[in-house]
Amino acid sequence: MKYRDEYRDPAAARRYADAIARLVTRSWKIMEVCGGQTHAIVRYGIDQLLPQAVTLVHGPGCPVCVTPVDYIDKAIEIAARPGTIFCSFGDMLRVPGSETDLLATKARGADVRVVYSPLDAVDIAHSNPTREVVFFAVGFETTAPANAMAAYRAKRDGLTNFSLLVSHVLVPPAMTAILRGPTNRIQGFLAAGHVCTVMGFEEYFPIAVRYHVPIVVTGFEPLDILEGVYLCVRQLEEGRAEVENQYARSVKRSGNQTAQDLMGEVFRVVPRRWRGIGEIAESGLALADAYRSLDAEERFGTVGLREERSSECISGLVLCGEKRPTDCAAFGKRCTPEHPLGVTMVSSEGTCAAYYRYRGAEAAVAAE
Amino acid sequence: MPNGDFACPVPLAGDETIQVAHGGGGRATERLLDTIFRPAFDGPELSRRHDGARLELSGPIAFTTDTYVVKPLVFPGGDIGRLAINGTVNDLAMCGARPTCLSAGFVLEEGLDTALLGRIVASMRDAARSAGVRIVTGDLKVVDRGKADGIFINTAGIGTIVAPYAIEPRSVRYGDAVILSGDIGRHGIAVMAARESLGFESVIESDCASVAEPVLTLLKAGIDLHCLRDLTRGGLASALVEIAETAGVAIAIEERAIPVRADVASACEILGLDPFHVANEGRFVAFVPADQASSALKIMSRHQVSAGAAMIGTIVTGAAGRVSCRGPIGGTRIIDMLSGEQLPRIC
Repeated sequence: MKYRDEYRDPAAARRYADAIARLVTRSWKIMEVCGGQTHAIVRYGIDQLLPQAVTLVHGPGCPVCVTPVDYIDKAIEIAARPGTIFCSFGDMLRVPGSETDLLATKARGADVRVVYSPLDAVDIAHSNPTREVVFFAVGFETTAPANAMAAYRAKRDGLTNFSLLVSHVLVPPAMTAILRGPTNRIQGFLAAGHVCTVMGFEEYFPIAVRYHVPIVVTGFEPLDILEGVYLCVRQLEEGRAEVENQYARSVKRSGNQTAQDLMGEVFRVVPRRWRGIGEIAESGLALADAYRSLDAEERFGTVGLREERSSECISGLVLCGEKRPTDCAAFGKRCTPEHPLGVTMVSSEGTCAAYYRYRGAEAAVAAE
Repeated sequence: MPNGDFACPVPLAGDETIQVAHGGGGRATERLLDTIFRPAFDGPELSRRHDGARLELSGPIAFTTDTYVVKPLVFPGGDIGRLAINGTVNDLAMCGARPTCLSAGFVLEEGLDTALLGRIVASMRDAARSAGVRIVTGDLKVVDRGKADGIFINTAGIGTIVAPYAIEPRSVRYGDAVILSGDIGRHGIAVMAARESLGFESVIESDCASVAEPVLTLLKAGIDLHCLRDLTRGGLASALVEIAETAGVAIAIEERAIPVRADVASACEILGLDPFHVANEGRFVAFVPADQASSALKIMSRHQVSAGAAMIGTIVTGAAGRVSCRGPIGGTRIIDMLSGEQLPRIC
């Protein structure tokens, strides 16, 4: 298949792995920011190809994982209101709130629907004028433009029965928060390719300079990630800390201007709490004043519930790259995708879920 | 006084849509049976119009049942009727049996379009004919609107066991070759694309079909089929993990050997699904001795339904229940069953 098979070529992968091995003179810790990259690394065993000196640390880039628990509770509260149609991306449905999840709420009679695009939710609102239709707008900069478009269209069409529950997060502030952490071990980043497709990569220049870390904008196929690691290790070995673009077939320096303009029109930057990490300044998006009438939180006056997390769960540390899933005593035993104790086990992009799914019994045994 | 034009108002037949009366066991039921079911499923057993079928059977018999619910009822490459025949036929084939007779039980939702019911029943007739099975007994119920999703079908089936030995997970041996009968993932993607109106450029058709023919030919040719399993919900991954766990063996497969059509692979990439977990309705895996693998492949490739058969792995030493897959760039991952519902991911 074009644009896929050529990036999964075993001989080329071997050559990259060998080239990385030839470069390395000491140990390096590189964080891949995006959950999609973590997924690919574990699925294809990319870490198995790398020299031992290079450690890939899994970052906080799973939108499902970092959505704060009170937003899940708010979603459940709204979905349970009689007559409401609650629309969401599929993998938010299994994320546990403090007491239940959206799938269980659906089983108890709520009208919860999986949509593939936020614009489908707008269509549902058009065809159900007597019912409140709410879309759960979560994700990073990747999903923000389409969600902004849904808000834009709803406003343009004068829809009065459509609203959004917004919990958007932004990548660069999270990277900065990790670098500022007192126990930070990260020496280089693979930046999230699809976030940069939207945003470009100019906002990473000050981070690279200030914290002296190489940042390589990286794609999601095995060869993309290997090349990203190669470029990052080369910078580290040469003492450089620059922004490089491995994913040039998708990412332009200034990104997608149309998407950014729409995001700028619909959203404003706000402080945001990240599940497992805490509040990060200027790290989230909320609806701009002109779009406040579409804000589901205001419309329904939701409060959310308290945060409750298993005392065993170390998902916050896993999200920051401080711990690996296999460092957790509950991993693969008391915590599995069937019975997750924390969010990183829930989403298919979650680090714990990726380890469990692709490393299975071995990873659980290694945790003992 | 009434004039000569007067007539008592006679209830309308109202047979364009299914009504609760169609399941009442009275005249309306008879009318529905006579117009839709009996012409399609006609045969000596049904024509006796008795409470059950009388069958002459000998030798070991395989007996299985399955219930079919699918939305939408009609999808590219098939419909719920075709599924209900082939699914049960395939379960019998996996037991090493020649499928012979089926029962068919229908739960219809009030308001179902009778023409659609007719189409589904005709599709059952065609699928049964091509699989060489007869529908010998059946049942029909109608439930209130909103209490079912159009139509639910249960079929049970019996078949004469042809294999002179037990085809089951515990017969699997170290060194056995794992053969997959064709490309995977088509049914699940076809149904999902139709249900969600995903509007892919090309129409992906379900693989829904009977696989009894290649299985019977393999048996006739003397291939030692240690185990067979049809791939349905849960896909290839669930089938392999179930067998590895039941048999207490480890299975190693090669990702590059597993056929996935380019359009299915693209759809899976877009939706964030693993083709290993996507449903199939006309595929099976066969565990055969390594030295018979190439003969088995040759036989399977002669049948249209298994023309794309490929050897995808072997039974290896390792932890019982472990299914590992060597990926395209050489790294190895563990294959697990699907956890919960298959949910498309955010981005």
